[in-house]
Amino acid sequence: MEIVLSIGIGLFTASGVWLLLRPRTYQVIIGLALLSYAVNLFIFAMAGGGLRVDAPPILAPGGVGDPTAIADPIPQALVLTAIVIGFAMTALFLVVLLAARGRTGTDHVDGREPDR
Amino acid sequence: MTPVLDHLAILPILLPLAVGAFMLLFDERRRLLKMSLSLATVFALLGIAVTLVVLVGLPNGDRWSTMIVYPLGNWPPPFGIVLVVDRLAAMMLLLTSVLGCATLLFAMARWHKAGPRFYTLFLLLLTGLNGAFLTGDLFNLFVFFEILLAASYGLVLHGSGTARVRAGLHYIPINLVASSLFLIGVAVIYGVTGTLNMADLSRIVPTLAPESRTLMEAGAAVLGIAFLVKAGMWPLSFWLPTTYAAACAPIAAMFAIMTKVGIYVILRLFLLCFGDEAGASEEFGALWLYYGGMATILFGGIGVLASQSMQRLGGYSVLISSGTLLAAIGTGNSAVISGALYYLVTSTLAISAYFLLVELIERGQAAGADVLAVTLEIFGDPEEDIEDEDEEVGVAIPATIAVLGGAFLATTALLAGLPPLSGFIAKFAMLSALLNEAGDIPFAHWSFVALLMLSGLATLIAMTRNGIRTLWVPAETEIPRVRAIEAIPVGALLFLCAAMTFAGGPVMRYMEATAQILYWPSEYARDVLGDRPAGHITSDPRASGHGPSGGPP
Repeated sequence: MEIVLSIGIGLFTASGVWLLLRPRTYQVIIGLALLSYAVNLFIFAMAGGGLRVDAPPILAPGGVGDPTAIADPIPQALVLTAIVIGFAMTALFLVVLLAARGRTGTDHVDGREPDR
Repeated sequence: MTPVLDHLAILPILLPLAVGAFMLLFDERRRLLKMSLSLATVFALLGIAVTLVVLVGLPNGDRWSTMIVYPLGNWPPPFGIVLVVDRLAAMMLLLTSVLGCATLLFAMARWHKAGPRFYTLFLLLLTGLNGAFLTGDLFNLFVFFEILLAASYGLVLHGSGTARVRAGLHYIPINLVASSLFLIGVAVIYGVTGTLNMADLSRIVPTLAPESRTLMEAGAAVLGIAFLVKAGMWPLSFWLPTTYAAACAPIAAMFAIMTKVGIYVILRLFLLCFGDEAGASEEFGALWLYYGGMATILFGGIGVLASQSMQRLGGYSVLISSGTLLAAIGTGNSAVISGALYYLVTSTLAISAYFLLVELIERGQAAGADVLAVTLEIFGDPEEDIEDEDEEVGVAIPATIAVLGGAFLATTALLAGLPPLSGFIAKFAMLSALLNEAGDIPFAHWSFVALLMLSGLATLIAMTRNGIRTLWVPAETEIPRVRAIEAIPVGALLFLCAAMTFAGGPVMRYMEATAQILYWPSEYARDVLGDRPAGHITSDPRASGHGPSGGPP
């Protein structure tokens, strides 16, 4: 499981970074989205106790039980917050992209076409 | 201290957040209401910040200062999030609220009409700034960073215009990527140490096993890059001058403190986690900060000399100020850091005043006049010789220009670090601490001293050139019409710098005490966490599977 997740995070990051460095704003925003997926998965992978399956997220009724059997709740809280914030920021950036397209008439990240 | 006063710690976050949200309910046309509400809020924040500075300065038992620890929802740290007000946080809160008052007053003259929801965004920016200074939790810090960044994205674009949208197109993605790095760093640190509480972190770092230490340092380095992007260290700073030059004057003036947030966090985390008590990780990254800071000063100095517009000059001064602070942190000397804290306050006030002032000076000029001025200086003015002959001796200077010129002169002295104003005291404090170190002074310190001097010289040359060309011109150009509400904030900021010069002794003592406490992370941890023994996670049943070294259970 670890190797699959690592390859997945690596692919997301690599594609995200490559797209970020492209000259068109739409590519940049897709790159940012991919990068934030990679980061969210990475936070999960950093949970206390490493990656696990079959760990319940909440306590069993009638007692605490064995705390080591329960999934680490903090990364879940972190990921949830990061998703919400990342989503809001992407939406905000999208608006700026549209404004830039309207104002400069090009979708180049510098706001003007490079001289060829 | 009474529990009621403890609640002051959360007000700097709640108050602007609540008022900012409340103002969204009203139509944009009810400007007077919004204006008075936000003005009341920023002045209340100023009052709270002053109270907090006084409170933390009070001696407590055997110690010379007090710390207010405010556990949110009364969850005990390190499991809940805490807000911590110590001397450094209180000082930064005060600086933020001073800038907030000055720039809001300035914006009320005309800039607030330039776009919708200015006041809400402005108050949200204050919320984020105050939260970032107060929080004692890494992830909470991320949340407040995002709040202040989200507000700043809106404010950079305030007033619209192609230049601002273009600057925003660079500013926003860079900060989004930095936020991703922030999250990666936080996740790695959590994975290794099992905590997000800064005080707890400072206790766990010295006890880490060598194999997890490398990972922890890698996480800290990734986190550090996120903050250095915000602080504007070379080569992560190319976005900064363009953005600051494009933002409208009151916003650029408020942004003077945004780079200082990055500096603040680096100072806090670096000294907490990698300070004198960090064992094998002691001074991790110090050399990077030191040489990176020096490279930033160099880059800023060259930029100041090369910039043609006055706003860009301001942007590069921000870089010089950041670089100086980073290099001072990198020296790892508490006397240098107390000088640097003084410098932080002075340079922030001065840069803020400069951005406000430039807008007033340039108001009377045609667009691009300053660019033309520099070109004229290089290629010569063909009409100059003819004009000189029949010009009357002694030209009357209009009063407005005289006042603006005086203020410009003061900011020049402040930014270049010339006597008699506080910029000089700040640089002098840092230099004397550097050169008074025991033993031989290493070459690296000499180069820092030289760079500090040269950056001052570069600022002086650039600002004098700009000042002569824009202020000492015959009064053919229209005299800028300046309202009192715009002149007062500039005057107040400069007055504060002058006051810091006269009250240099007490202010410097406050800074020294601040720096000394920063060098004492175990004391900070004891105040936040109580007398809980170090490495408490060993008593946590989960600890056996904690971190990558433990492996999955």
